[in-house]
Amino acid sequence: MNELPILSILILLPLVGIFFMTLIRNNNDQSSNNLKHTALWISFLNFLISLYLLFSFNQQDADFQFEERYFWIEYGISYHLGVDGISILFIVLTTMLVPICILASYDSIKFSVKEYLIAFLALETFMIGVFCSLDLVLFYLFFEGGLIPMFLIIGIWGGERRVYSTFKFFLYTLAGSVFMLLAIIYIFITAGTTDVSYLLDYNFTRNEQIVLWLAFFASFMVKIPMWPFHTWLPDAHVEAPTAGSVILAGVLLKMAGYGFIRFSIGFFPEASELFAPLIFTLSIVAIIVTSLIALVQEDMKKLIAYSSVAHMGFVTLGIFTFTVQGIEGSIIQMISHGIVSAALFLCVGVVYDRLHTREISRYGGLVSKMPMYAFTFMIFILASLGLPGTSGFVGEFLVLISIFSINTYFAVFATTGVVLAATYSLWLYRRMIFGALIKDDLSEMLDLTRREIIIFVPLITLTIFIGIYPKPVIDIIEPSAKKIVNQVNGKLN
Amino acid sequence: MENILHIIPEIFIFCSALILLILGLFIKNIKLINNLAILSLLIAVALVINQPYQSIYLNSYVIDEFSSLFKIMIFIGSIVTLVMFVSSREDLHINLYEYPILILFSTLGMMVMVSANDLLAMFIGLELQSLSLYVLAALNRNSLLSSEAGIKYFILGALSSGLLLFGISYIYGFSGNTNFNLIAVNYNSESLGLLIGIVFVLAGLAFKVSAVPFHMWTPDVYQGAPTPITAFFALAPKIAAMGLLVRFLFNSFGELYLDWQQIIFFISIASMMLAAFAAIAQTNIKRLMAYSSIGHIGYALIGVACVSSEGLRSLLIYLMIYLFMNISVFTVILSLKRNDAYFENISDLSGMYKNHPFTTILVALMMFSLAGIPPLAGFFGKFYIFVAALESNMVFLAVVGIIASVISAFYYLRIVKIMYFDEPKEEFDGLNIRSLQVLFYPSSFLVILFFIYPAPIIQLSEYAIKSFY
Repeated sequence: MNELPILSILILLPLVGIFFMTLIRNNNDQSSNNLKHTALWISFLNFLISLYLLFSFNQQDADFQFEERYFWIEYGISYHLGVDGISILFIVLTTMLVPICILASYDSIKFSVKEYLIAFLALETFMIGVFCSLDLVLFYLFFEGGLIPMFLIIGIWGGERRVYSTFKFFLYTLAGSVFMLLAIIYIFITAGTTDVSYLLDYNFTRNEQIVLWLAFFASFMVKIPMWPFHTWLPDAHVEAPTAGSVILAGVLLKMAGYGFIRFSIGFFPEASELFAPLIFTLSIVAIIVTSLIALVQEDMKKLIAYSSVAHMGFVTLGIFTFTVQGIEGSIIQMISHGIVSAALFLCVGVVYDRLHTREISRYGGLVSKMPMYAFTFMIFILASLGLPGTSGFVGEFLVLISIFSINTYFAVFATTGVVLAATYSLWLYRRMIFGALIKDDLSEMLDLTRREIIIFVPLITLTIFIGIYPKPVIDIIEPSAKKIVNQVNGKLN
Repeated sequence: MENILHIIPEIFIFCSALILLILGLFIKNIKLINNLAILSLLIAVALVINQPYQSIYLNSYVIDEFSSLFKIMIFIGSIVTLVMFVSSREDLHINLYEYPILILFSTLGMMVMVSANDLLAMFIGLELQSLSLYVLAALNRNSLLSSEAGIKYFILGALSSGLLLFGISYIYGFSGNTNFNLIAVNYNSESLGLLIGIVFVLAGLAFKVSAVPFHMWTPDVYQGAPTPITAFFALAPKIAAMGLLVRFLFNSFGELYLDWQQIIFFISIASMMLAAFAAIAQTNIKRLMAYSSIGHIGYALIGVACVSSEGLRSLLIYLMIYLFMNISVFTVILSLKRNDAYFENISDLSGMYKNHPFTTILVALMMFSLAGIPPLAGFFGKFYIFVAALESNMVFLAVVGIIASVISAFYYLRIVKIMYFDEPKEEFDGLNIRSLQVLFYPSSFLVILFFIYPAPIIQLSEYAIKSFY
């Protein structure tokens, strides 16, 4: 037990930042710079606090740490926070990506800067809350609350078809989630509490499990997203501002993966086992179909969005193998995808800021004008296709091992996804970076600025570090992953 | 004399209404009369809080936790309406001293409604309330829409009163009593006549709470009536009628719940679904709020349909949250003024956030709250409704409820979209008047910050349902 309520501080600090920012009047360039700096420093401070959390985290302990519990609504629904090896990395990922996003928006957001930054900090609060909360109602609160700032971010600062995309994003996610709300209420009524640590030991009957699992599944499959409910994601990505895409791919999708591990498997192991083939089938369809769709995309962001769906397919595959490797693999895959896809969207943002188009055919031969950019982009493209030595490899490899141990056919199909990923990624890279520089407006392109280098350096470092030496990450995840697997197997037998 | 002291708040409101009526003949200062009316309502709040709980007049009039909470909600609604009157009376052509007095009489009627434990007391309260409302709806005599609203409301209201009386006569005929508790003891549960009576009374009451299929008057009256009065329609009478409905059903026919539960079940589903679809096509914000209120009444009725203590508790939580959300939305509608003209079209809100950033974000959050998105108060209202529904095994009702809430999210989002994503128009006067700020900021912050410590409102509603369970 830690005396400092560090998780609450993480959640509340962005809100404090928002409070101060509402006091700053935004009427000229100077004040809008002040606003940007305030938001950046607040989120950076939050990142430092989360690092402190990471380093004071006891890696041997598989239980929840830094727990906080206060009376909130009524008996059974409390303000209960805590982290374990599964959630802590997501918190650090979130706090790391938010300052990067704010930094990336320094020049690209031209109007209503104050509202934009406030929306981002509010989003950070909700995202951290999702990974910290150990109470289902609290979880739902954060999970759904994040829709509000994201709706505004896409809708106000997005591209041409932003209204359509943001409505689609909001209504799809909401429609999925309300069923989870009913399931949470049902759990509250039958078990008498929504406390996660209590419910992990609670045994639901088989029929209850099936219905509840489906309700949670409805929410998470839309959010993660799984085929065939993935169509909101490309739309949202294409229209969102760069930083919005980064957060969407980097963190929001992971909420659902986290939910699968924590709730679907943890609470309903029998139902999870029953539905595992369904998940495998959907995941493999997603991996293959969306990879093929990605091949024919003309829009860079759409291509990366479809590749996200394919990557999340590996995540769901790994989770439902109920093996330690599978769960470790999917968490690492999520962390890695959080870094890599975020970086890819930032890479798109870099050229978009210069040329204001995302059409792949408008580019070509960038390497001669933007060597540093070409190098950065290459690292992330390679990480995205899972090259050994990058973080993408570790996750995919663990997931494929685990799925091999379950079913060879599934594994064979899943592996084709890796080949397809290489195809569309490398082809994207080839079309954009290599070739002759024949288009006139490209010759004016400038290489990465100092601000952009600052953004990319930590992401490159992490990608390669996790790829070469994943042990520290695995050490954090392993005890909790083992605990979950033991728990599930204990309940199943 | 001692008998009279039991109903001191009612007497006080009645006397102050009469005194103000006489004063109004001599004093031309309408603002003063309005302020006196507000003052008397505030005093009445204090009187209600200090009233001892008892049932009086041969148990035909009950003062308990339930009625007190409802009375306070009604007072809040009335006070809000009177405060709105201050800023808008000139421009809306409702600068008449009858306005505060009619509100007081209507409030008195509602007080009687929520305390009534007898068919006759119930009818008297209902009629006193309705008669004042008919006049209020038509108060702007120069406006065709307002007169139309008044006439429409009057004709349909008279019809519903007729239905109600018809039902009352059946209930009296088949049970031999008008007192709710005595009806409960004396009726013959086999008799079809009693059932007809219940159906007719429910039809009359459904009209008052504007539940589908008796909702037709709502959009027209909401649109036609001057905005402060529309706010009054949304705030007080519905809450009062809901209180009456609960007491009528639970006290006299608590045992027969299997019969009326299906009716509530149906009107609840019909209200939620119809409102969710019909509101999508609206262009006038007051009409939209009318459909929104129909939908919210549908949700609140789930709480009644559960016939359980959780159900009633959730109903009360829902109504309280509904009250505060509506206060802030209607205040904003009243602030959409430019060059002394009011704007009511949704398209007039376009790009509002450029000129009024702070107000707009609060309005947007109110819309999200009305749609039931966490962490705002509206979510907790729905949450408790669904808890009650699932606890009573009404899964179907809960599922329809959440589907309707997703559909209705669309039209609330549309308002957010228009305010944020569309091209800005000219600046409005906005919330520059003290009387509007006083209403808007507290109610909005209450809705937004509700999640930090929701326990008081939940405990308050648990306290209020002691009268039944």
